[in-house]
Parts: sequence; C-alpha cells; structure tokens
Amino acid sequence: MSESSIAIIDYGMGNLKSVSNALNHLGYSCHITNDPAHIRDSNIIILPGVGAFGTAMKNLRSLGLDSVLTEEIMVKKKPFLGICLGMQLIAETSDEKGSHSGLGWIKGKIKHLPETGLRIPHVGWNILNYKDESPLYQGLGKTPSVYFVHSYYMECNQELADAYSDYGLPFTVSVCQDNIHAVQYHPEKSHHTGLHILQNFLTYAEEYQKGVSEC
Amino acid sequence: MLKYRLIPCLILKQGRLVQSINFKRYLPIGRPEVAIEFFMNWDVDEITILDIDATRENRKPKFELIEKIAFHCFLPITVGGGISSVEDIRDVLNAGADKIAINHAAVKTPDLITEGAEIFGTQCIVVSIDVKTNPNGNPEVVIDSGTQYTGLEPVAWAVEVERRGAGEILFNSVDKDGCRQGYDLKLIKKIQDAVKIPVVACGGVGKVEHFVEGITKGGAHAVAAANIFQHTEHSTIIAKAAMKKAGIDIRLDTEANYENIEFDEYGRLV
Repeated sequence: MSESSIAIIDYGMGNLKSVSNALNHLGYSCHITNDPAHIRDSNIIILPGVGAFGTAMKNLRSLGLDSVLTEEIMVKKKPFLGICLGMQLIAETSDEKGSHSGLGWIKGKIKHLPETGLRIPHVGWNILNYKDESPLYQGLGKTPSVYFVHSYYMECNQELADAYSDYGLPFTVSVCQDNIHAVQYHPEKSHHTGLHILQNFLTYAEEYQKGVSEC
Repeated sequence: MLKYRLIPCLILKQGRLVQSINFKRYLPIGRPEVAIEFFMNWDVDEITILDIDATRENRKPKFELIEKIAFHCFLPITVGGGISSVEDIRDVLNAGADKIAINHAAVKTPDLITEGAEIFGTQCIVVSIDVKTNPNGNPEVVIDSGTQYTGLEPVAWAVEVERRGAGEILFNSVDKDGCRQGYDLKLIKKIQDAVKIPVVACGGVGKVEHFVEGITKGGAHAVAAANIFQHTEHSTIIAKAAMKKAGIDIRLDTEANYENIEFDEYGRLV
C-alpha cells in the first residue's frame, strides 16, 4: 500500500471509476475530486476523460481547475498522468469542432486522425511501439497491445513522444516531459499491459517525488 | 492495425450466469463476478454481458451488478438488457460499461440509436441483432429473446442501424444458439459486406475452429461465444491458439505460451 495521495480529476467528462478501480486493484487509494484544496493536498495527479475538447476546457475553467492544475503541475512539478482526452487537454490547441486553446503545458496540437480509408473513431486494440528508455514502458513485452477509443490525436515534437501506434499512418500515442506523462489509449481498460503501465507510472511518480528519477 | 477480438458473452438470467440453447432452454452456471475474475486471466479482449430478463420483466438494467462486475474488469465491457432510454444509457455507462447494447429498443424506438450516438459517441452504441428462420424459411430479425418476429430483413436492418449511428453490430442466430455447429457464416458475411462498422459474430460455436471461420469465412471483426467458455477446458486459450495458428492477427497478453500448440481429438491442449 502506498502513502501517496492520488487525485483523479472529476470535471464531468466520462466515467472515472474505471481508473480508480485499476489503482485500487494495484493497491493504491485515490480520490475522485474537483475540490481545489483536495487537489493541492495530493501529490500525484491523474486527468482522465472522454468526450469533446471544447466542453472539457469549458468545464475545467468554470470549476477553476485550469489554474489550479497548472500551478500544481507546471510550478510545483507534481507527477501527472493524462489519459485520452486528458492527454489532449495539455496541448496548446485543438481543431475539434472549431478552434480551442488547451492548457498548453506541452508544445502540441490536437488534430483529427488523417483520413486513410480506415474507420474513425479508432476503436480497439492496437500495437504500442514504445521507446525503451521511457519509465512508463519498463518491463513490457516487445509488441504489447493497448485499447483505444478516439478520433483526434496529438501532433508534437518527436522528442516529446515516447510511443506511437499505426492506424493507416503512425501517430503519437504517448508523450513525456519532465513530470508530465500522457497517453492517448486507456491503460485502465488495457488488461495486464495497461495495469503494468499504470504501475510503472506510480512507481515513477513516487521516485520522482524523492528526486531520484528524471524523465 | 486493429486486432481481431475474442469476446465471451455472459448471459444473465435472474442475476445468474446461464448457458442458453436456442434462446429457450437455460442451464445455470453461477455468479457473474466470479466468471469475470476468471476471464480477466484468460486472455479475452472484451466482455459482453446480456441481461436477458430485463426487457421481458419491463425493468431497468441491474446497475449495482454492473458496478460489481466492472470493479474487477480491466477490459472494455459491453452491457445489454433493459436499456430503453438515453438516461438508461448514461446510467449503464456510469456504472462502468464502455459500450451499451440495445435490441428490443433499437427495433421499437430506432431514434434511440441516433440520440445515443450523438450524445455518447458512435463507439458506445452496439445494436444487437438476433435472427431466426421464419415460417417461410427466410431469416428475420427477432426480439424479446427470439419470441417476436419484427418483419425486418437482417441485412437491411444492419444497414439501417449503421446509418442511424450504431458503432458495432452484435449478430446472434437463434437457430444456431447452443447447437455447437458453428456460426451462421453466410448471413454474417452478407451483413459484414453491407456495413463498414464491425460485426461481432455470435451463436453456435462448438469447437475452436468455428472462431477461426467466423473471421476467415464470415469476415467478422470479432468473434463471440457463450457456452463454450463455461465448461471447456482452457477454452479461451485454445481459441486464441487456434486463431494464432490460422494466421489471424490477435492480441496475446497472458503468460500462456502459444508456440507449437497441438490439440488432441477432443480439442484439448496436448
């Protein structure tokens, strides 16, 4: 059992229980919360989410969470994991149904998946091609599969990308910058591989807090 | 590229897991939570749970049971049975489902397909199509556990549900259900050829070769079964082994070793 305090951010975008179920299964307790005080007290922050980018940013702003999260992640440098929409929200902008600005923590733009004749949304199990040195992917098999449900992806500097998948064309599915990790797929729904990745993140996060690990 | 999927269908009656034969006879298995725990270790790719009493008893889905099941399940879950409104869809998703399946409601109120897809995304909405040979000898869509003919021709109905926003079709054959003779490959192929969305084949698997055929001959994107997964030794593992041996691109995520697998005359691993 861990002593870390983990906050799962609740901003009205999708079911968050599957993420907390996965963390509980791994032996970690966590809080699903939108209370700024609670978030400031936590030392690991997870931002899941499913749905539209514009609505999500509006919800974060109306709850005052955009500034709270930016303070905790960008200034206090708390370990962070974004999942699916939670990965997209940390980019600078998104083209989803209009033009929206995101939290802008990392240099990246959210774009519609390229039309290659394949069905969009991209739903199902796809192969994760990862960089060996990434803390998230330590100890995984050669070509693990993870579960995706999305129509948009992050276009970013390849130095930030630590994994890609192929759906007609290769695209970035995981980014890493200092204390920030974010993944387009759903580790909480990706069976043993997903639980392994979540455990790797939590191990990394605890070490990061001790100052022994840098991304 | 996307992997082909293997899906156990858990048929629930009075909250208990059962085996079904022709949608008429039901044999008890046990608690669904226990089955989920096993399946989590058995290399399946998704889980589908169908509460077959709900619509007939005119009641809502068992949300607490769905929550209990989702608590142990780190795979995508589809839940069907008793869903008849947008609120039901929301409640089932909030209880932990990733997708919802509608059958009766899709036929009676097809707007629910469209509304559900607009609010929750097409990927959430599975339309379950049960088909039975009618007295004229033609396949026809049926509802209410196969007891009511609808007048709908299966391929045309599949095209219609896709047009309305369904993200996936779960095809089941009442004639083949529980008969162990294999899927209705001809009809599955016709439906998959007529739509772009994935078709999940269900109904009739009696041996692992039937899973392979569902994909190679039926053209399905995913293969599902119920009864074979309850009482056959290592059923999911041998299913995946057979699929891998046939060259089908599937996901392998357990410690089971799939190299050089051979089966004996009973389909068991040797």
